[in-house]
Amino acid sequence: MLRTKIEPNKQSILRKLHIDGLLLIGLLALMTVGLITIYSAGGQDMDLIQRQVIRLGVAMLVMFILAQVPVLAYQRIAIYFYIAGVLMLVGVLLFGVTGKGAQRWLDLGFVRFQPSEIMKLAVPMMIAWYISQYNLPPRIRHIVVGFILVVVPTLLIAKQPDLGTSLLIASSGLFVLFLAGMSWNLILIVGGLGAAFAPVMWFFLMKEYQKQRVLTFLNPESEPLGAGYHIIQSKIAIGSGGLHGKGWLQGTQSQLEFLPERHTDFIFAVFSEEFGLMGILGLLAIYCYIIVVGLLISMRAQDAFAKLLAGSITLTFFVYVFVNIGMVSGILPVVGVPLPLVSYGGTSMVTLLAGFGMLMAISTQKRLLSRQ
Amino acid sequence: MALKRIPIKDHSAEANLFMRRTFIAMLLVVVMMLMLISNLYFLQVERFDDYQTRSNGNRIKVLPVAPNRGLIYDRNGELLAENRPVFSLDLVPEEIEDLETTLIELANLLNIEQDAIDDFKKDMKRQRRFKPVSLLNRLTSRQVALFSANQHKYPGVSIEARLARHYPYGSALTHVLGYVAKINKEDSQKLSLQGKEDNYKATHDIGKLGVEKFHEEALHGEVGYQEVEVNSKGRVIRTLNFQPPKPGMDLVLNLDVKLQLEIQKLLDKTRGSVVVLDAKTGGVLSLYSNPSYDPNYFVHGISSKQYSYLLQSKDRPLINRATQGQYPPASTIKPHLALAGLEEGVITPETRMFDNGRYQLKNVSHVWRDWVPWGHGWVDAKKSVEVSCDFFFYDLAYHLGIDRINESMTLFGFGDYTGIDLYEESDGNLPSRGWKKARYNEPWYIGDTISVGIGQSYWTATPLQLAKSLNALINKGQRTAPQILRATIENGVTALRPIHELPPIPVQNMENWDLVLSSMHGVIHSPHGTARTAFADAAYESAGKTGTAQLVSIAQDATYDAEKLKEKHRDNAMYIGYAPFDDPQITVAIALENAGGGGSQAAPIARKIIDYYLLEQHKDVEIADAKNNNEPQP
Repeated sequence: MLRTKIEPNKQSILRKLHIDGLLLIGLLALMTVGLITIYSAGGQDMDLIQRQVIRLGVAMLVMFILAQVPVLAYQRIAIYFYIAGVLMLVGVLLFGVTGKGAQRWLDLGFVRFQPSEIMKLAVPMMIAWYISQYNLPPRIRHIVVGFILVVVPTLLIAKQPDLGTSLLIASSGLFVLFLAGMSWNLILIVGGLGAAFAPVMWFFLMKEYQKQRVLTFLNPESEPLGAGYHIIQSKIAIGSGGLHGKGWLQGTQSQLEFLPERHTDFIFAVFSEEFGLMGILGLLAIYCYIIVVGLLISMRAQDAFAKLLAGSITLTFFVYVFVNIGMVSGILPVVGVPLPLVSYGGTSMVTLLAGFGMLMAISTQKRLLSRQ
Repeated sequence: MALKRIPIKDHSAEANLFMRRTFIAMLLVVVMMLMLISNLYFLQVERFDDYQTRSNGNRIKVLPVAPNRGLIYDRNGELLAENRPVFSLDLVPEEIEDLETTLIELANLLNIEQDAIDDFKKDMKRQRRFKPVSLLNRLTSRQVALFSANQHKYPGVSIEARLARHYPYGSALTHVLGYVAKINKEDSQKLSLQGKEDNYKATHDIGKLGVEKFHEEALHGEVGYQEVEVNSKGRVIRTLNFQPPKPGMDLVLNLDVKLQLEIQKLLDKTRGSVVVLDAKTGGVLSLYSNPSYDPNYFVHGISSKQYSYLLQSKDRPLINRATQGQYPPASTIKPHLALAGLEEGVITPETRMFDNGRYQLKNVSHVWRDWVPWGHGWVDAKKSVEVSCDFFFYDLAYHLGIDRINESMTLFGFGDYTGIDLYEESDGNLPSRGWKKARYNEPWYIGDTISVGIGQSYWTATPLQLAKSLNALINKGQRTAPQILRATIENGVTALRPIHELPPIPVQNMENWDLVLSSMHGVIHSPHGTARTAFADAAYESAGKTGTAQLVSIAQDATYDAEKLKEKHRDNAMYIGYAPFDDPQITVAIALENAGGGGSQAAPIARKIIDYYLLEQHKDVEIADAKNNNEPQP
């Protein structure tokens, strides 16, 4: 097309490596913002930066490897991947290792990992594969099966309990159904059922600490020294950042340790305090750029499976951003969702970049396939 | 296999559907982004001021810094109240590796009792781990030395110094200087009522008594502030701003501490008090009440045992007898009454009468006896003062009447506060018709008036009032309020306080005043004066008046026998006097409780005080004056 004519050589080198340059630029920009902010939030601890860089390196490697895998292969392994994931989730509930008040880890002797992370990819793959076998828009029974495929892992993860992850997994599955063309009537009915399900959740599924989080979210000032402390301090950090921020390393809320979870879940508050609304607009612009690039990839994807998977990965990425910023700025309850590619931390980083690896595979292999 | 079941797909329709849905999703993304941004705009722009204030409130703490309390000197620059560092042994639990072992070792090294260690552990639990907690509060110099030599073994343990008041002269000055002690709940309430609680935020002690209390405002100074940045755990990160406190003013008192110590020595175990004023200015050279007590105990928190001992002691050491002791003035006010009689024209210098020892009124059976049972014979006003004739003053009081007595004695300041810079003062009682009606609901009887003539009958006065009234007499009606404070020193600049002048007593005839003063001179220098023995062979001329206050009314026609009376019923010995006679320097007022006669008990002490002041302390000046005075006489 037009672009390939302008830069044929560069495009082709990246193409051969199955790397989407536009996506890579956005991701690198985010990672840079992340490292700068972690340096400030972590009290200028170079060890912290080093560990994060190593993690990013590993995650990038995973991304590049996954970008080489043919999209067809993803389509084929989806069902096995999904079944294995669900079995592991059951395993977690039965033999899992407890940490931070929740049972999330599976210890295989040589490695300890969270099967829920696998499900972040397995669920959209599975549903995209299932739905794309049929004509779109899907029929009701396909939708019902799709729902079951979403609900099973979601409930298993919610039971751990890990509300943040189950939310992300549920939305990744639902996005597939939505993009596949699930009728608006159905969407309304499901929405209504969801609302009706909320009280059931409250009384039978949610743990005491989760209820407390919701209550605290509704009125943080009721508990200024308890659970509300996080939200209050976070809002103070953001609000006091103002239009231009206090400057890098100058955020008093973060530097003087008033802000909890500074380099992990609440890193957005650190960023907002030091760089202000202007900085935030810049950061959100990067996120928007990645989402637009991701959605363009999905639109140009060759087949329904690729389209649905790419769209779901991209929109789930946005859910991360929205839920994290929403909770840190006090419009959503606090659930443990990191700010993607900016927060310090390993597991979710690998999963996220693995997703982008698939996105790159979809983006770069499309033309290869069409040429065949 | 599943793929085989796929019917033929309408790819372009699917692509369109997918495109629409993606477009809707993108719209949704945009809407949700705008939601986030509008909320952030609200936080960061609309409510910026609020959050900035709360952010600063988190990190900035303003710590008050106590000003140093002003020092107190006597008139010769002797330090009377100082600020001494007291040392405390502080431990920072966070910095100590093995707290238990450290505590045991310190206990052995410094001989610390288990109680102190238990208290420390209690205090420790209430504090953050990086904040120092005191293990010992007042280290002895031996403990300081012992610890300093071993300090390197105990990281996290240190000696901290704080300034605390110390009174080097102990009990000699307690009733004048007073003391400071820890601010208690009542003090805090008072301070907040006066709107001064901010100024005392960092202050540990406050004046509770005496000069320390009266001049609290000058001594205290103004609080300073240290603005610090703290982290979430309250640890101070750095100082942002420092506004140093303004130290309190130093005070220079009119007091002469050497004279005070001499007087303390002279009173020994006698209950009583002495006031020495500057005869011209009213400055308080000495003011001592016996027995006294050591004020230093109060500074560091007196034990309840010690305090109840002071409170319950029969000698009542807590009372300032010089300003709060209300005694019948007895014969010491005869000069004042004589003056009133002369000025009012009730008597003249020539008025004479025959004292047979028994004063009687027509148609009244009661007999008022003179202290000399057979009387003094023919007496005039001058002689009546010299020999302290009661008969003459019974008659004078009878003719003056209670109203004129009250009026003229009010001018001398009786029945009223003296205006001294102390809160601990009583106003005494100068009786009147109205007072008796209000107090006892009884009319004033003529017999009451007659007893008033010899300073009895409801009349009470403090030694300070007597000294003050004598100053008015010496200065021919010019009056001053006794003042302890002489000058203040602020930033090295000494500011003398003006003499506290009071409205003068109107003078009718100056000769009357001279006559009264010469009669007081006669008390000492005439052959029949009541204080002649006490002042025999004095190297200076002086004047005075003795008084012996009767505390038990003696039955008609009975005689007073000191030996038979219980001690607490014995007479109070009173004396007022001044010296030198021609150029008065000091005024002395003495009241000794249950000591006996004024001439025999109080006057000798006055003699020793004046001797000490004129002949030892001010030898060069005064002896020269005495010689000058003596020269024209032969």
